[in-house]
Amino acid sequence: MSALLEVRGLSKRFGGLLALSQVNFSLAEGEILGLIGPNGAGKTTLFNLLNGAFKPDQGSVVLAGENVTGWPPNQMVRQGLARTHQIVKPLSNLTVLENVTVGACFGRDHLPLKDARKVAREVLEFVGLADRLTLPARSLTIAGKKRLEVARALAAHPRLILLDEVLSGLNPSEVAPMVDLVRLLPERGIAVFIIEHLMQAIMGLSHRIIVLNFGEKIAEGCPEEIAHHPQVIEAYLGDPHIAVRLMESA
Amino acid sequence: MWKRPIFWLILAVSALFALLPLWGDNATLRETLILVAVAMILAANLNMMIGYTGYVNFGNVVAYGLGGYIGIYLTTVRGWNLMAAALAAGMAVSLFTLLFGLAILRLRGAYFALATIGVLEAVRAFVSNFPPWGKAAGLYVPFTAYAPLGGAMRAVWLTYFLVVAIFGLSLLVSLLIKNSRFGLALFAIREDEDAAIALGVNAPLYKARIYAISAFLPAVAGALVFFKNGMIDPAGAFDLTISIEAIVMLMLGGQGTVAGAALGAALYELLRNYLLTSPSLSSFHLVIAGALLLIIVLFSPDGIIGWIYRLAPFSRRILE
Repeated sequence: MSALLEVRGLSKRFGGLLALSQVNFSLAEGEILGLIGPNGAGKTTLFNLLNGAFKPDQGSVVLAGENVTGWPPNQMVRQGLARTHQIVKPLSNLTVLENVTVGACFGRDHLPLKDARKVAREVLEFVGLADRLTLPARSLTIAGKKRLEVARALAAHPRLILLDEVLSGLNPSEVAPMVDLVRLLPERGIAVFIIEHLMQAIMGLSHRIIVLNFGEKIAEGCPEEIAHHPQVIEAYLGDPHIAVRLMESA
Repeated sequence: MWKRPIFWLILAVSALFALLPLWGDNATLRETLILVAVAMILAANLNMMIGYTGYVNFGNVVAYGLGGYIGIYLTTVRGWNLMAAALAAGMAVSLFTLLFGLAILRLRGAYFALATIGVLEAVRAFVSNFPPWGKAAGLYVPFTAYAPLGGAMRAVWLTYFLVVAIFGLSLLVSLLIKNSRFGLALFAIREDEDAAIALGVNAPLYKARIYAISAFLPAVAGALVFFKNGMIDPAGAFDLTISIEAIVMLMLGGQGTVAGAALGAALYELLRNYLLTSPSLSSFHLVIAGALLLIIVLFSPDGIIGWIYRLAPFSRRILE
């Protein structure tokens, strides 16, 4: 598999805080890559650097063979990188269909309005919001708004989608369909980079996982390797020996 | 667009405006209607900034006033033909607005609104001290300037018809943009600019474009109206009160809708005319306008048009 996303030495500083330090990784086409780490580890900062919301201080991002370091978000979308937000950002007074049409209109293909509406309808069908097309986005539940975020990103016809905690705030019955939805994306030719706190879900979904702590990558590997990685356990639970004993006694 | 009833409604209203004063050569009606038409031009174009994009522009009268200055300067001092001068005024003001927009549209919300007041005051101060434009005294149109148009009488009628045409054009442009891809980008910016950018909308570009577009027709109208009036001065051309009244018209009618902007402008302007000419109420017109605005904001935040849509839902299909 060829690398779709190639990240080298990515660093970002906020005043005295080194939010992200020399992060390297790559992401293959058709891959689901998980990103985990304790609160404040720099996960969302990494997403913001990748989609261009922040400019990196150092390092490079190469997407589909193009050096896109420091490009603004609207150009990143054109290059095939779409994202969702941890705190949902619906266009509240526009309808669900209009929200997704914006994504299709200004996405990778830059579709005219009519074609964009058609794509939007298809995507809304896929995420299960087809029965709410004409409702204003503000009237959706949290689960609905998370689906809308995903739908808008998908409508952009991305090569790579960044999912920032799309499962948080959902109840267990809402989590399963969303997980199923994410699992289907590689078949549609969309690679996934996903931040998630729900361990069970991300362990089950991801082909590989990257772990961040205090802005540094401390581990990378398949889910089983990550689950038993001493540094990861330490990052989450403190002393690894205590952690091991806790897990054994449980 | 011609499939929408509102398209034909706009054409019909424009035609009505053009024809009504011709009946019996009614000069009083013509003068009332030209004021209404100008109010509608200002409100419809401001609507594209406030209603579509979510950027409150307190300097909206700048385009109108600058257009007036450029128009009068080109016709009287440079001897240009009125139509050419009006078009040149529109293009010059749009270009000026585009450049300004690229700078001040980096600001958002209240900061942008304050900056637009700054633009208004800066332009007024500049023009008040600009010798070719007569400084604080302004410019006058000599009677001879009307000769190429067949005398003052015909010039007045000509400018009236042109202003009515611009009013119709303003509404059509609003309608066209509202139903376009460009309009969708503006709505996205209004709802959440960061989300819009993350969805691929090139927000700085679209904002600058709509800022320049919304200045074009008011500038052309300004060139025509001030030429017709025969004089222009900085205090009259760059009056913050007019900007604020345009905002009141929008809120009254219903921002974001084409019909609302037009309706609000017409009603407000007619009310204002009545109040200003009524002997007992003339000093109260801003008080009454303020009270009206308060009532609207409290009871029907989406304006008269929102109230009509709720009262008679089918009207939405005709007016959108």
